[in-house]
This record gives sequence, C-alpha cells and structure tokens, in this order.
Amino acid sequence: MPAGAGVATSGYPSLDEVRGSPGYPSRERMAKGAVAVIECVQEIPCNPCEAACPRGAVKVGQPITNLPALDGEKCIGCGLCLARCPGLAIFLLDMTYSDTEAALSFPHEYLPLPEPGATVTAVDRAGQPVCRAKVLKVANPARNDRTPVITIAIPKEFAESVRGIARKSGGGDVGR
Amino acid sequence: MRVTHHPILGEQSPARTVEITVDGRKVTAREGETIAAALLAAGIRVNRITRKQGTPRGLFCAIGQCTDCVMVVNGVPNVRTCVTPVADGMTVETQKGGGPAPLKSGGSR
Amino acid sequence: MKTYDVVVIGAGPAGLAASIEAARRGCGVLLVDSNLKPGGQLIKQIHKFFGSREHRAGTRGIDIARDLYREALDAGVTVWLDTSVYGIFAGNVLAYARGLLEMKPSGGAVKADRVVLATGASENAVNFPGWTLPGVMGAGAAQTMINVERVLPGKRVLMIGSGNVGLIVSYQLMQAGADVVALVEGLPRVGGYGVHSAKISRAGVPILTAHTVSRAFGDTAVEGAEIVRVDPSWKPVAGTEQRLDIDTICIATGLRPYAKLAMLAGCRMVHSPILGGWVPFHDRSLQTSVPGIFVAGDAGGVEEASTAMEEGRLAGVSAAASLGKVSAAEARAQREEVEARLASLRMGPFGKPRHDAKEALHKAGECA
Repeated sequence: MPAGAGVATSGYPSLDEVRGSPGYPSRERMAKGAVAVIECVQEIPCNPCEAACPRGAVKVGQPITNLPALDGEKCIGCGLCLARCPGLAIFLLDMTYSDTEAALSFPHEYLPLPEPGATVTAVDRAGQPVCRAKVLKVANPARNDRTPVITIAIPKEFAESVRGIARKSGGGDVGR
Repeated sequence: MRVTHHPILGEQSPARTVEITVDGRKVTAREGETIAAALLAAGIRVNRITRKQGTPRGLFCAIGQCTDCVMVVNGVPNVRTCVTPVADGMTVETQKGGGPAPLKSGGSR
Repeated sequence: MKTYDVVVIGAGPAGLAASIEAARRGCGVLLVDSNLKPGGQLIKQIHKFFGSREHRAGTRGIDIARDLYREALDAGVTVWLDTSVYGIFAGNVLAYARGLLEMKPSGGAVKADRVVLATGASENAVNFPGWTLPGVMGAGAAQTMINVERVLPGKRVLMIGSGNVGLIVSYQLMQAGADVVALVEGLPRVGGYGVHSAKISRAGVPILTAHTVSRAFGDTAVEGAEIVRVDPSWKPVAGTEQRLDIDTICIATGLRPYAKLAMLAGCRMVHSPILGGWVPFHDRSLQTSVPGIFVAGDAGGVEEASTAMEEGRLAGVSAAASLGKVSAAEARAQREEVEARLASLRMGPFGKPRHDAKEALHKAGECA
C-alpha cells in the first residue's frame, strides 16, 4: 500500500490526513516548544482527551463524534492527555529539545520497556524503521493506568514521521 | 506457553498447581485454569479426532459455544475443555468420535 | 417454584447493567450466567474504552467488569454463576442447569415476572481449506486465552478481518508476546477504528486490504497459510498468492446475536445485516414481541460493550417500570437520559449505520 493512502486503506493515517485534522498543531506552534500532537482523524464517539487537559486546550464538544481540536496557544505540552487517549493517538513533540534533535513522547504498552539512555530503533506510522533514537524517559505513573509513555530524542528532520519505537519481536515477555 | 509478564495485566500471580493426566502423560496445571488452557500451555493443540474423517480439532471459540474442543474427562465424553476448570487428579483423553458410551453414573453429559 | 421480579440471563456488560438498574429500583433480581466468572466478554477487554465519562471511557474493560459486578452485589442482586438457562416456557418459567462446569450438575426452574435476555453474541466463522485444523480459532478465543488464561495460542499469528475485534486482538496478541505476521481484510477498506489500526501499523503489522486467506497448511495443527489478493467480487487474483510462516490463524469476521432463548420463547425475529443477523424484535423500551421479555446488548443486535451497558440500563429501567417500581413519568425521564447516551454512541461514520438499523428494527415492529 503506498504511503499516504490514508488510514482507511493502509491502516495508518497519512501525513496529509493528520496535518489536515484539527488536533494537529501548526508548524509555528511546534517551533515554540512541547505540544500535543493529536492524530485522531475519524469521527468516533470519544472524548477523554477533552477531560484530560487541565488547560482546556483540547475541545471535542457536542456531538461527541467531533474530531478533537487542539488550541496550540493553550497547550503547555504537559503530556497528560497521552495516556488518557484510548486510541493511543496523541503524541508530544518538542522541537526545542536541542539544536539538532526533537523530543517525542508516545504511549508504548509493550514489554520489555527500554531503559532510559538506551539506543533504540525509531519507527514511522507504518512501523518502518526511520532512524536511531535515544530513550530519554520512561514514565508509567499510576494516573497513566498502566499505559507507559516513552520519550525519545530523534533528529529534527524525522519529527513528523517518527511515531514510536520498534516492538521487540516476541517481546521477551513470554515465559515457560 | 504462558504469558508470565504482561504490560497491562502485570506479573502472573502465583497459583497452586494441580496435576492432571492427559492421554497418560502427567501435565501440571494452574488451579482455576481451564483444561484447554492447561493443554495449550503444555503445547497440546489437538483435543479430539472427528468420527467420520478422523481429522483433528482443537480450541475454536473458547467460550463453550462451539464444542470443537470437547474431550473425555474422567471417563465422561463431550466435556467442553475451554470452560471446564482443571482439578487435581483429573484424567483427560483425546476424544475419538463420540468417545466412549456415557457411564451409567455420572453420565449426565 | 421460586419467583423473581426480574431474571437477567447473561452477566456481561448488558446483563450486569440491567440487574443493577432493576435492583436499585426495588426489584428482586436473579442474574444467571453459564460461566464461572461474571463479566461476559469484558473480562478479556484489557484496553481502555471509548466514549465519554458516562460510558466509562478511558477505563479498561476488565476494570469495568469488576466494578459492575461489585455494584450488582451491592444493589442486592442474586447471582448464580455456572448456570445455564436452557428452556423458557409459558409464563416465563425458566429451566436451568447448574454446576455443569464444576461437573456437579443439578437443575431446576424459576419463574420470572420479567426476563432480560443479555446473552451476547457468538463469533462468525469463515471457511477455507484447512480451517478446521487446530490453531485456527476465533479472535475472541485467542483473546480469552491470552488475557484471561494467560496462555499464548501460538507465536506467529495471521489475523483475518479488520473490524475492531481483529484490530484489538492483534494488538493484544502482541502485548502478550506473540507476533502478528499480517492482518488480511477482504474488503478494500479497514473496517474498524483507524486509531486501532494505527496502533498495530506502528508495531509493524502489515494490514493487507483486498486480501484473504486461501488455505491453511498442516497435518495435526496449523503450520502455515496462504493468502491471496482478491478483486472487488472477492475472486482470488491468480499469481498474488503468498505463503506465510505462521502457527495460528485468528478469525475476526464479525459477530452474530446469540439469541436462541428469544427464539425458544417465540419472540418475533427480524433480520438485520448491520446488527449481525437475526435479532429479536424489540421496541424502544427493549421489550420483545413477547410481553415481559426484554433484550439488551449484543443479543439484540451486535454493537459494542459501551452500547451494551447502556442498553442494559435501559432494559433494567424498563423492566422495573413495567412492574410499577417507578412511576411512568420517572421511567420516561430515566429512559430519555440513557437514550441520549445511547444516541451519542451511535453517531459518526461507524455508529450511524447501527443507529439507522435500530430505528428500522423499531419500525418493523410498529408495522407488524
């Protein structure tokens, strides 16, 4: 399936789809620092993201099938919405992490979890390897309700393509 | 294979074990689990052999509806192993066709 | 014979919710379920649910099952597990067998002033050469094994079907440590939510639309599969066959209402492809064509667990109201509240067809 075919045919949203959705922050907002990136492009009945935001930066409203809209001015990049989205469709992007790197946070509900400082393979929306990434943080506080959130550093040029890290085959979590 | 670690369900809690005999072979099972689960964990995938064509069948619905996984348990045929829990000392046999004729007592299945 | 105000059959999301609402309105409620554990299919739903706060959105299904069961017990519901209702007779006499799973069978009958059928659904199968081999199973079966029994059905899985069940179970198989080698979908489009398909795409699972399984290989169990591209009329395209190295095939080709008791009771059945096939006709209060028998959840049309819970609440309110436990005005207000929440779950491109199918179902009853 060609990249960019769209979520309904390829299974993952194209860059055009996510950029065209109201939950995707503008380039200008991204340049200012950490911001939520909501990749929710279908009208499904769901709104926990709205309640998750302490600043009122995410709006679904009525009807509940509205696409979540991000107010980039209100979003402070706290990342509280990441683990609250049942679709695991929210990311946190910080283009100001360093001169050359962006920091990307995403939910990762697989074992084993990487260690902070480890070098891992960053993958795109299709699960294809994009680049190496350094694990900055692995957070799984109680409020995440068992949804770990990983933060990695990646070259800025890949900030809009990388959306996770390679899942280890077999996970290493299968015992006898 | 057992799923001992899990990102959501956590570490599998310790359980008492029971021993069942499957076609003459001793299999250790976790108390409370179903016969089908114990068999899969032991790598056993065939539960029965069909009457006419002699082909193997295994777990299919896992909620007691389809009856593909039935076996002879303690001499009783047609026991749905996917919903029936193990018990210590239980004998489980691959069911061939309809299995043995139901026993006079305990033949309620 | 003991008589209960309300007997609810099936302790899944719909049955638990119906029991809670009826008991809270002063009904004597008996809730029966053929399984040893309450919760129905919620006990294997380890993902966070969609919807709004009122629908328990963001909460994992396993936790909702635990909470609902506690609420039911707190509300005074009598619960009989390992109890199968196998007969339903005039005057709502229900014949049951208990202790089948514990291999200590006994039986009896109870009488119910009101019955709520919340018996759920069963998985559709799909036939292809080799489909009877051990290792070919329903996606729900695999989900039960990994999330309830914590046993992997296999290491390398081919998933058939891209509805939410196929997508979610693929994800959960990987969480349990299996690899999902591919997901095939005969239609040219992914059936389920894009957020679910995006999750497994990110994990590297190829989602092959316009593809189907053509055969499974193996002598005593699955050892491989062949998939093939299909044209718009589902005809295999010669030369596009691929052999996959897999040991398990999961079938997620939809669910159908499990409503045998409704048929036994003589409820008028209506065919609705969108709702999964033959469903008992029911009016807006969820009462079937047989007075006193209500239906809720997937048994009355396959939807989702959140919808099933709301329908359960509606059936519980309706049953209590029909027994005079709440006034007509109160019942109407309470029903409208639930109906509004139901309506919100039946919106958008995924929900609207189910909304329309339910409306058509209600209309079918009005004409009859």
